[in-house]
Amino acid sequence: MAGFLNEWGGSIWDAFIQTTQMTLISLAFSILIGLPLGVLLVLTRRNGQWDNPIAFTIVNSLINVIRSIPFIILLFFLLPFTKSVVGTTIGVKGVIVPLVVACAPYIARLLETAMLEVSKGVIEAYQSMGISTPKIIWHVIIREARSSIILGLTIAIIGLIGETAMAGFVGAGGLGDLAYQFGYVRFQPDVMYAVIIILIIIVQIVQSVGNLIARRLKKN
Amino acid sequence: MIKLEHISKTFRVGKNKIEALKDVSLEVNKGEIFGVIGFSGAGKSTLIRCINLLERPTNGKVFVEDRNVLTLNKKDLRKLRRKIGMIFQGYNLLETATVYENIATPLRLEGVPKDEIKQRAEKYLDIVGLTDRRNAFPSQLSGGQKQRVAIARALAHEPEILLSDEATSALDPNTTDAILELLLRVNKELGITIFLITHELNVIQRICDRVAVMENGKVVEQGSVVDVFTRPQQAMTKRFISNEAKFAIPAQLRGELLKTGKLVKLTFLGESSKDPVLATLAKQFDVLPSIIAGGIDQLKDQSVGNLLVHIKGDQSKVETAVKFLHEQDVLVEEVNA
Ligand SMILES: Nc1ncnc2c1ncn2[C@@H]1O[C@H](COP(=O)(O)OP(=O)(O)OP(=O)(O)O)[C@@H](O)[C@H]1O
Ligand SMILES: [Mg+2]
Repeated sequence: MAGFLNEWGGSIWDAFIQTTQMTLISLAFSILIGLPLGVLLVLTRRNGQWDNPIAFTIVNSLINVIRSIPFIILLFFLLPFTKSVVGTTIGVKGVIVPLVVACAPYIARLLETAMLEVSKGVIEAYQSMGISTPKIIWHVIIREARSSIILGLTIAIIGLIGETAMAGFVGAGGLGDLAYQFGYVRFQPDVMYAVIIILIIIVQIVQSVGNLIARRLKKN
Repeated sequence: MIKLEHISKTFRVGKNKIEALKDVSLEVNKGEIFGVIGFSGAGKSTLIRCINLLERPTNGKVFVEDRNVLTLNKKDLRKLRRKIGMIFQGYNLLETATVYENIATPLRLEGVPKDEIKQRAEKYLDIVGLTDRRNAFPSQLSGGQKQRVAIARALAHEPEILLSDEATSALDPNTTDAILELLLRVNKELGITIFLITHELNVIQRICDRVAVMENGKVVEQGSVVDVFTRPQQAMTKRFISNEAKFAIPAQLRGELLKTGKLVKLTFLGESSKDPVLATLAKQFDVLPSIIAGGIDQLKDQSVGNLLVHIKGDQSKVETAVKFLHEQDVLVEEVNA
């Protein structure tokens, strides 16, 4: 055990940091893009506050199209786009762009679903009190949906962790890449097992924390 | 205070048109409680929502305190809405917020100063009697308590008008009474004009001054509660009052009673209930009146007595007796086979 840690501890730690970085950075950007998209979906849908079939159809289909492309294909397909946005297609920087493109539509969708669950009655009550739509979105809809939103984000984070495993193809490193490089290519199964155990623990922790926060926020 | 002029509202669902309101006109005076009653689908909710423009009428005009609300811009409409409180059948509270926060949050979003929010929230919590539950969440409250929170939330804006869309329809009779009592207090002590809709006759009788009866998107009858309920003109109104049902007597018994005399339904209003009409009848006309059924309806500020009376005797004597009744200060309706 001590020998294994001495030999691999450093690389595993580095890989862990890389995975965490990739996940958190792309999560932040995905929320930044996904949140307005989700709100747009809710507002422009039929009988929504800004009922607008054209805008809704565009956003809705765009999300569907992106979500139907497997991440590994998206990764290569987006190479030129990635290059033009961040100036490189490799490393952590290079993988953030495809991760965000894959994750933002997912977050838009989960926000839409969560927000649609909020009772129309409460929204109406706030409209009847003369509260403006932006305030209603933030202080009523997102507030009431926050517990479901956290649960959805938890799933998004776990999905992102999985997707970062493919980041190895663009040299971004991370736990998935470590397991693949050493465990498969160089046949060091103990490294692979160690990484798998670490991934399992991370996913468990993320899920439990997500559940806990969701329950706290629900308060009813 | 509120004036609706020739309001109509048509919903389009696909190719179908639903005429939810057809040329509805009515006026609500300052300080009164005005009720609209009708069966499900009559268009009551659509009507009440036309007042604060949660629903825009297809045609017609809406005035609130002489202001034509349909011409207001967004900002002015929002301002106006703050002066019109609204409560709903489903309470519509924030599930993630405490009782106190439910009252304070809208005020905060409107930019009311902090200490005033606190002062108003506490004042209205006290008025609705929920001070001790201020930190509870809606899921921990009963239906009646939730409606109290909703009422406090509406009152905290210090509105001049309160709209109530079936506020008691989901509550049991006792709770309904308590909420009605509260609305009556709100009306009397705070001077708030109340416009309510309901499908429960009891709500109208208990607290309303005036009433409109709706059927299929139209107002078929309106007037003071006493008038409408003692002299209903429309079949719809009668169905609601269904005094007939209250005094339902088995057909066989009715047949027998009609063989030996007449059946009349008498309605006494306030003062007239003190005159000994039936005794006079027996004494002066040599007929035998007997009471088959009876009851008293308590209206907001007067009571209405109902009696089903059998008048036995010679046919000619019975007829003069009934004529006499018609001349008295009672409403007489003959019940036929
Ligand atoms: N948004 C809408 N779109 C289409 N039709 C509607 C809409 N709102 C109401 N309607 C229709 O208008 C008619 C009147 O509905 P409304 O809700 O005003 O009735 P109501 O008297 O309040 O009934 P209830 O006692 O069941 O609440 C109904 O036929 C209903 O289906
Ligand atoms: Mg209704």
